[in-house]
Amino acid sequence: MLRSYDVKDLEKWEALIYEKVEEYGLNCYPQEFEICDHVQMLGMMTYHGMPSHYPHWSFGKSFERTKTMYDYGVQGIPYEMVINSNPCIAGLMRDNSLCLQILTMAHVYGHNDFFKNNFTFSHTHADLIVARFKSHADRIRGYVEDPSIGEAAVEQILDAAHALSFQCRRNQAIKRRTPEQQINRAIEKEYENETTNPEKIREIERRFPVEPEENILLFIRDNNPRLSEWEKDLINIVHEEALYFQPQMETKIINEGWACYWHREIMNSLELPTDIHMEFLVRHNQVVRPIPGDLNPYNIGLNLWDRIEELEFGEARNHSADRQPDSVRDKMFEIREVDRDSSFIRRFMDRETMVKLDLFEAEVEHSDWVISKIADEKQWKTIRNLLVQSVGLGSIPVISIIDSDLEGARGLYLKHHYEGRELEAKYAEKTLEHVYRLWGRKVVLETKLKDNTTRYSFDDTGLSLTAEFSDESFPPYFIP
Amino acid sequence: MGAIFRPYSPSDSLQSDRSSGDRQRHREKLREVLKGNIADVISEQSIIGRGPDSIVKVPIRGIKEYRFVYGQNQPRVAQGNGESEQGQKVGKAEGSGNPEDGQAGNMPGEDYYETDVSLEELVEIMFEDLELPDLESRPLRAIEAEYTHKRSGTKRVGIRAHLDKKKTAKSRIKRRFVKQKIENARSQGALAEDEEEETQRFPFNQKDFRYHRHKPDIRYESNAVVLCIMDTSGSMNVMKKYLARCFFFLLYQFVRLKYRQTELVFIAHDTVAKEVNEDDFFHKGESGGTMISSGYQKALDIIQDRFDPSLWNVYAFHCSDGDNFQEDIPKTMELAGKLCENCNLFGYGEIKPTGSIAWGTPMLEKYDDFKASNFATICITSKADVWPKFKAFLSREREKSTSVETDPLGWG
Repeated sequence: MLRSYDVKDLEKWEALIYEKVEEYGLNCYPQEFEICDHVQMLGMMTYHGMPSHYPHWSFGKSFERTKTMYDYGVQGIPYEMVINSNPCIAGLMRDNSLCLQILTMAHVYGHNDFFKNNFTFSHTHADLIVARFKSHADRIRGYVEDPSIGEAAVEQILDAAHALSFQCRRNQAIKRRTPEQQINRAIEKEYENETTNPEKIREIERRFPVEPEENILLFIRDNNPRLSEWEKDLINIVHEEALYFQPQMETKIINEGWACYWHREIMNSLELPTDIHMEFLVRHNQVVRPIPGDLNPYNIGLNLWDRIEELEFGEARNHSADRQPDSVRDKMFEIREVDRDSSFIRRFMDRETMVKLDLFEAEVEHSDWVISKIADEKQWKTIRNLLVQSVGLGSIPVISIIDSDLEGARGLYLKHHYEGRELEAKYAEKTLEHVYRLWGRKVVLETKLKDNTTRYSFDDTGLSLTAEFSDESFPPYFIP
Repeated sequence: MGAIFRPYSPSDSLQSDRSSGDRQRHREKLREVLKGNIADVISEQSIIGRGPDSIVKVPIRGIKEYRFVYGQNQPRVAQGNGESEQGQKVGKAEGSGNPEDGQAGNMPGEDYYETDVSLEELVEIMFEDLELPDLESRPLRAIEAEYTHKRSGTKRVGIRAHLDKKKTAKSRIKRRFVKQKIENARSQGALAEDEEEETQRFPFNQKDFRYHRHKPDIRYESNAVVLCIMDTSGSMNVMKKYLARCFFFLLYQFVRLKYRQTELVFIAHDTVAKEVNEDDFFHKGESGGTMISSGYQKALDIIQDRFDPSLWNVYAFHCSDGDNFQEDIPKTMELAGKLCENCNLFGYGEIKPTGSIAWGTPMLEKYDDFKASNFATICITSKADVWPKFKAFLSREREKSTSVETDPLGWG
């Protein structure tokens, strides 16, 4: 049921959508739509929507993978690609039907509003970001072309920096203490003790970093004197880009839910021709349907927003017939400003919603995933907590630098903050190798394997592994 | 305030393949990976016996981007279809069947790339890091490969099509110059007449015509023939035949790479030998007893009939499991000696999968006493053996050729 249309039609519909956007009080950046074909769309997706981006083979890999999946029909191209920038840039795929274009435009405005207002995005410099990525790309291309540096050297640093890019502070809104502040704080704390130990204070002054440091890349950049300026710049670029994308990882569910909530609202309030409206219903249900065995952020997000509206309003409404009541709007706008996935779920996922979504906890039993907990009276909170733990940056282990003068020989000591989830050993080993490459001296990672403190260490002789056995049940020679 | 639309322009899309550089680099990296496990790839059944243009799908383990991640198979939250119950099985765990694709982004999993590689390219990669032995050591055994003409100077008679216009025009100018000189000398002072003569026509003359001279241009090329002799007797089970085919395949590809004209002869033998086509050789099975001499005799016959050793580089290779009738052994040894005389290289490969039972004396032991500088034996015991043994086989040939043939021109 394809309708032929042209840019004029899109402009007409966009004007109608924008009317609604203003009516509902969404607060958006100026919007730009780029009409592209599927190859351009794949290109946009590969580079996270950025009009220009520095080169690295991993993007080639990602393009190849998406294209294969698309070619074999395993995975369609998402209808929308939108980036957090001012003006907000979104792609519209020209092969899509008119209905999909209208739906996408409405959806994009939801994201646009979220980017502009949610607190996690406040440090992302949306109005400079496109130019900033362009300058990153130019600089890196410059290093690649520089005969004294070259592609191989650049690639090596980028590979290593990519491996560590998300090992950074979780909450950018909390101010970071300077090293002096950290020392003063630690000493003050020590003086608060009944028995102040001068030895300990001296030790505090010697220790570096005083407080565990989560920004691994930045720490290496600032404290490895052997890095040359271009290497520091590469590390900086990778870190900045990671910081830019961090909020999007942190708000996947709440952001998609918000955009779905608004596209449904806008689409239902537009007077759509019957055929377009029917297609909209089909598409909408495809997007927000649950995916058994997985988590669909669109589905979970939308259900949570609906639940919030229901609790605020007092009853569930018929979304296709009744328009959003004014009374709920302020509350919802406030939530979209101050929450991220983890807090959003902790605050609003109640048992009713969980049952409706049919969320469960699964564990591996002999090579099978088996449901271990369902959302009943006793267990639903455990499931919610596990979900909170695994969304956003929860899927990235917290690893911080404890010491940078290990064995008095400037060795780097990293510690994994173990909370029950083990690191993937092979990946940890290989990533540690990347840390070594950047730091240039011995690096040690402390973690836990099967409840035993384990240390991976990597130096010029390669990798070695030591384990401390916490209980006597395992004799030391029983190393797995 | 409405949004800005940037309409689609086809010219943009032509320039918009922005990931091409990164894809190129990724492919280069995959190729390096491919090089690392080429031995596994080429011993895959599906590749053997394909034409050079055919496209082979090669699975390559993807290049991983390592990060600190949590291990697989930790408890996780997922959605059901509305009627989930405790204890219900919802999928296979990682590492035991289909990987869960849900969290592909940060869950480590094996991803394999199916890369399309043409056989040509695969062979190229295969031999890329291998220093090729100098097989073309018999320049005399070259035959005329191309007969063409090339221009060489001019002549005064010829056919119109070969007319050299430039030279013809030049010789006319020369002739006129000479004629004027002569006339000037004859009538000194009569300048008025001269002027008149300037305007007169000075036509081409038969003497002016120059034609291209052509010389035959013969290019010589060394030619090679590979005689693949395989034991297809009953004792050669599927595995053995497969290993033999693997080896022949490599040999074939290798020789094909070195010579523009490579003839292949496939000889299958049990107690009698037959010349078969490539397809039958690689794919069909036979049965019966073993008379290795029959295969050698056939090879010698074919060499005599079609491939004169003074014109052809002859390579013969025989694969067998080493079982042979006792009575046949003396004859075999004799014919092997003859083959060595007629071939650049004669090789014998014994296929002995580990654990297989040997009947009688393996030929390999017999060949121990067999001395000829262009004779080589190898023993293949497993699939993983094929590539290293093949490499060793070639490097043996290389050592020989570099030690014997130092390039005399290199010093001049």
